[in-house]
Amino acid sequence: MSNNAGVSVRNLTRQFGENRVLDALDVELEPGAFVALLGRSGSGKTTLLRTLAGLDAAPADAQIDVPTPTAVVFQEPRLLPWKPVWQNVALGLADPNPRRRAEAALGEVGLSHRLDAWPGTLSGGEAQRAALARALVRQPKLLLLDEPFAALDALTRMKMHGLVLDLWRTHAPTTLIVTHDVDEALLLADRVLVLEHGRIATDLRVGMDRPRDPTNPGFGPLRAKLLRALGVELPAARVLEPSA
Amino acid sequence: MSVMSAAPIRLALPAVTQVRAPARRRFSLAGYRRFLSPLVLVLLWQAASMAGLVSPRVLAAPTTILASAWDLLISGELLYNMAVSLQRVAIGLAIGVSAGAVLAVASGLTRLGEDVVDAPMQMLRTLPFLALVPLFILWFGIGEVPKIGLVALGTTFPIYINLFAGIRGIEPKLLEAGRVFGLSRWGLIRHVILPGALPSGLVGLRYALGTAWLSLVVAEQINATAGIGYLINDARDFLRTDVIVVGLMVYAILGLSADALVRLGERRLLAWRPTLVGR
Ligand SMILES: Nc1ncnc2c1ncn2[C@@H]1O[C@H](COP(=O)(O)OP(=O)(O)OP(=O)(O)O)[C@@H](O)[C@H]1O
Ligand SMILES: [Mg+2]
Repeated sequence: MSNNAGVSVRNLTRQFGENRVLDALDVELEPGAFVALLGRSGSGKTTLLRTLAGLDAAPADAQIDVPTPTAVVFQEPRLLPWKPVWQNVALGLADPNPRRRAEAALGEVGLSHRLDAWPGTLSGGEAQRAALARALVRQPKLLLLDEPFAALDALTRMKMHGLVLDLWRTHAPTTLIVTHDVDEALLLADRVLVLEHGRIATDLRVGMDRPRDPTNPGFGPLRAKLLRALGVELPAARVLEPSA
Repeated sequence: MSVMSAAPIRLALPAVTQVRAPARRRFSLAGYRRFLSPLVLVLLWQAASMAGLVSPRVLAAPTTILASAWDLLISGELLYNMAVSLQRVAIGLAIGVSAGAVLAVASGLTRLGEDVVDAPMQMLRTLPFLALVPLFILWFGIGEVPKIGLVALGTTFPIYINLFAGIRGIEPKLLEAGRVFGLSRWGLIRHVILPGALPSGLVGLRYALGTAWLSLVVAEQINATAGIGYLINDARDFLRTDVIVVGLMVYAILGLSADALVRLGERRLLAWRPTLVGR
């Protein structure tokens, strides 16, 4: 662990039986960057995220520098059903007044009216917002999001995008979001990575000002490039081997 | 009762109310039927007793039973013996539940605990514990200890089995979430594992209550000098079937009340469950 709020991964290999999921992977995330991680299903995105989150022990020969505190938003909300929403958000907080901090965080995600609700009564979007509040309340230096909006409807997802960007601007954590959605990646991130064969196969800067307009023609070439990197054959285009 | 009187009027009501009425009527009638058939049985029983068809040595008449219950209540005998029985169950249950819970937590949380505790528990639970009565008498004599011990033993297993299953059935994803948000091992146990295992634990408690009363009935056959079982045994010696039935009724009432209490606790402790949340 370093004081530098960026992420540095060197030589990370993860293997499950014969299946080498991450193969001597190197990646650097600069402090405060908003980075999206794309990749085919099973390409190892979650595996990488779990290692960064400290959920899986890193192999001895890998060098991993991750700032703390780290917070994770999983694909499912993973709220404890037996704790009211605010207690879920305050989980594990070492604070003399956890309720006040949880209230503030829930206010930021627009859930002030559901502080004492049981998680079982929340809608999908509300639960995911509560999970986001739970991640933000710890003021993480590194925010890891694993397909956090995949289960949400398009409208809620748009609202959540705005929310995440607002929160990112305010708290400035280094943010890594895993997604399957190329447009989501382009809308949110400064940098888009594509994971393939256990390595970062594509590393793309998105130099567009925010707020971004999805209809901006500048997106076209970036989108095409990412889709090619993901192996989506566009009829006229030849698949180019992307440079790492 | 309002339904009874409402029935003829209903015919004159407009269609809108008629649509709603049948559901209500069916519900109430069913409710009446449930009470009606036991009542009829009791009346038949009373009639048979009065006609001399059932000798009081076989079964006392309902009215005699009620009168005896009243007498026992007034004299304080019933309450005293009830208190003795309740105390046995309470102490035995407290010991059994604690032991079952401690063992379940030990074997649920650690590999070592599982290896040491689970195998013997799984073996012992297949043994009908009431078969241990002779050993208990040899070990503990005929005082309070074997009685309480039997209740304790009988309640340990249902608590253990259910709580252990509950602890092992915790959603691993929730454990992971707890870990990633900085819960210590103790924090995980307190905030994730134990609350998550509570529903199964309460199911175990309800089973345990069932076996507790069963153990009590058997235990109180062991030379008791007080308690509902003593009341019943004593009555047997004097051919007082009325008092025996009173004793049986007390067992039933105590058992039902305890179950109701646990269910009440369940409703409060498990208020978060989606099935209960909606109500
Ligand atoms: N604990 C494990 N044991 C065995 N294999 C595993 C384990 N975890 C992951 N894998 C395998 O590693 C590969 C990468 O999994 P991972 O979850 O990282 O994929 P992913 O990129 O997140 O996919 P998706 O987009 O579908 O979520 C998959 O083939 C998966 O089956
Ligand atoms: Mg994944």
